[in-house]
Amino acid sequence: MNPEFLYFIETVLNGLMAGVMYSLVALGFALIFKASGIFNFAQGVMALFAALTLVGLQTGQVPFAHLINAIFGTQIHHFGWELPAIIAIVGTLGVMVAFAYLFEGLVLKHLVNQEPIILFMATIGLAYFLEGFGDLMWGANIKAMDVGIPSGGSFWWEDVTRTWAPEDSGYFGMYIDKLDVVAAIVALVLVSALVAFSQYTKFGRALRAVADDHQAALSVGISLRTIWVVVWSIAGFVALVAGIMWGAKSGVQFSLSLIALKALPVLILGGFTSIPGAIVGGLIIGVGEKLAELYIGPLVGGAIENWFAYVVALVFLLFRPQGLFGERIIERV
Amino acid sequence: MLYREAGDFKTSYAADLQTFPIKLERYLFWAAMAVAFLVVPFFITDYVEKSLLVPLLVWAMIALGLNILTGYCGQVSLGTGGFMAVGAFACYKFMTAFPDLNIIFCILLSGLVTAGVGVLFGLPSLRIKGFYLAVATLAAQFFLVWFFNKFAWFYNYSASGQISAPERTIFGIAVTGPNAAPWATYLTCLTLVFVFAWVAKNLTRGRVGRSWMAMRDMDIAAEIMGVSPFRAKLSAFAVSSFYIGMGGAMFFSIYLGAAEVTEAFNIDKSFTALFIVIIGGLGSILGSFLGAAFIILFPVGLKILMVNQLGWPTDLAAHFQIMIVGGLIIFFLIVEPHGLAQLWRLAKEKLRLWPFPY
Repeated sequence: MNPEFLYFIETVLNGLMAGVMYSLVALGFALIFKASGIFNFAQGVMALFAALTLVGLQTGQVPFAHLINAIFGTQIHHFGWELPAIIAIVGTLGVMVAFAYLFEGLVLKHLVNQEPIILFMATIGLAYFLEGFGDLMWGANIKAMDVGIPSGGSFWWEDVTRTWAPEDSGYFGMYIDKLDVVAAIVALVLVSALVAFSQYTKFGRALRAVADDHQAALSVGISLRTIWVVVWSIAGFVALVAGIMWGAKSGVQFSLSLIALKALPVLILGGFTSIPGAIVGGLIIGVGEKLAELYIGPLVGGAIENWFAYVVALVFLLFRPQGLFGERIIERV
Repeated sequence: MLYREAGDFKTSYAADLQTFPIKLERYLFWAAMAVAFLVVPFFITDYVEKSLLVPLLVWAMIALGLNILTGYCGQVSLGTGGFMAVGAFACYKFMTAFPDLNIIFCILLSGLVTAGVGVLFGLPSLRIKGFYLAVATLAAQFFLVWFFNKFAWFYNYSASGQISAPERTIFGIAVTGPNAAPWATYLTCLTLVFVFAWVAKNLTRGRVGRSWMAMRDMDIAAEIMGVSPFRAKLSAFAVSSFYIGMGGAMFFSIYLGAAEVTEAFNIDKSFTALFIVIIGGLGSILGSFLGAAFIILFPVGLKILMVNQLGWPTDLAAHFQIMIVGGLIIFFLIVEPHGLAQLWRLAKEKLRLWPFPY
């Protein structure tokens, strides 16, 4: 095959992988929006917070060490133990569930029936709060995440693809990061599990009922508050997965929370209420972004990845205002 | 007892239409203005000007703009930072290209330029609604910041990519640049904000304002009644961007003095503006000022308390500050989702009946 064409395939493949990473974050948004009509801006910060907690637990950091030292003049930093990854993950999950429970009891309960923009602002407030809280608890320095996920380029794939081009073309094979492949598999499993959960369990049915109509669900005896705690816990779990993947890719630091901004165009492209939409939207944005970087970027001087996804989503929206898979908007006076 | 309309008889249409219908409120307003214009300039110090009053006024201007769009016309926008950047860069280009042009005209012209850009980015609002629109306005934020960073013409090919305001004068008194006196910058900002808050108040009371509010309350119903969504939404985007553009121009030329686009006009600015509007009160002119006062003054007070009084390291104080601000926003939304302006409204209701409530 022509190396030019192989290069194109490589870009598309990498775009698909990047898209999966975006979908992981967008998934959390879609879950919460579907179940409670809340546009949860804090999803990115939740991923950051989960990743920080995971690393903190794993390396045995003392929570609030900085604060304690400042007040009491002590010099404590570490407990002096290292936890295995799996225990740390379970511990973090516990923290995220506790967080969901607290958030529901302290905030959401009091904001029932408020306008969507008020709820949206509350989640921005939550984003600020969690950002400060996470830094206060675990410190603001950049941390490395190591939970045993393979990373780096795959040599096997490079060797395989090298044989596809003619011998003398000087083609070196495709580069694919192992971490991205793992992320894609994890995302696939996660989505299948979520779909199965919402289709085949009693709880999933209750979830869908709440998403359909809050009041009708209440009237048949579904507890709205339990549902919300569960949904926010699941969103916390999705945030943890996204945090692990992104953290392993680029380190645990503040910029991790900015992946929320990457996920937003994915979300409006796929439609706020659709889980498959989050996946397909992510793939479209991922591929579009990589191709645009390759073909359009040089024409306008590069660095277009910040806004290109938004423009793509905007153009899509002009034709389908509810996104690709969103529920049709029916308006009555 | 003090604050009531009893005995306050209106004998003309003009009296019926005035902005502050109750006598005491009118007196209070003019007294506050008299203090702001005639007393404060004599006592203002460099610190008070730089970290309290000028940022407060500039943010009030920006919040007025966003309040017109989000509070009155119901279009949520997250592109405020981008529009501020348009105002700032337009102002810079006007200031450097026409050195003899008065700074006030520079600011007004940059407002007009921003209004044009705002209409352009407001076009999707005719088709997209709600959160879809909010995310779409983020496109404006990211695109505009990239745009001003990318094309060196906008920052006159300076090596650092920074723009810095040259010294410009009004009646021979410097209001921009390093030699500007605190009282001069303060009075310039105050005058601009006073005039345009008055304009905004009357715009929102009039025909245009009512068409915006109709659009906000139910766009389809408004359209059936004969309010053109095209004109209402785009005029809201234009007027709002005009204010935000002027705010951005003041932010750069008077407040900061020098700015780098990715630093000074990032997405945090969009959120700050939205916070001010929500905390102050959606759809309230007074709310824009109260919200700006809260968001600007509160962190300053918090920092003084934690760093100067308790002696904590600054990074710890910064984490605490962001946490407390976030928590307070949630607290406010729970206690009073209609913002500080609503508290003032309730206080007035109570005062009218005091001391004999029924």
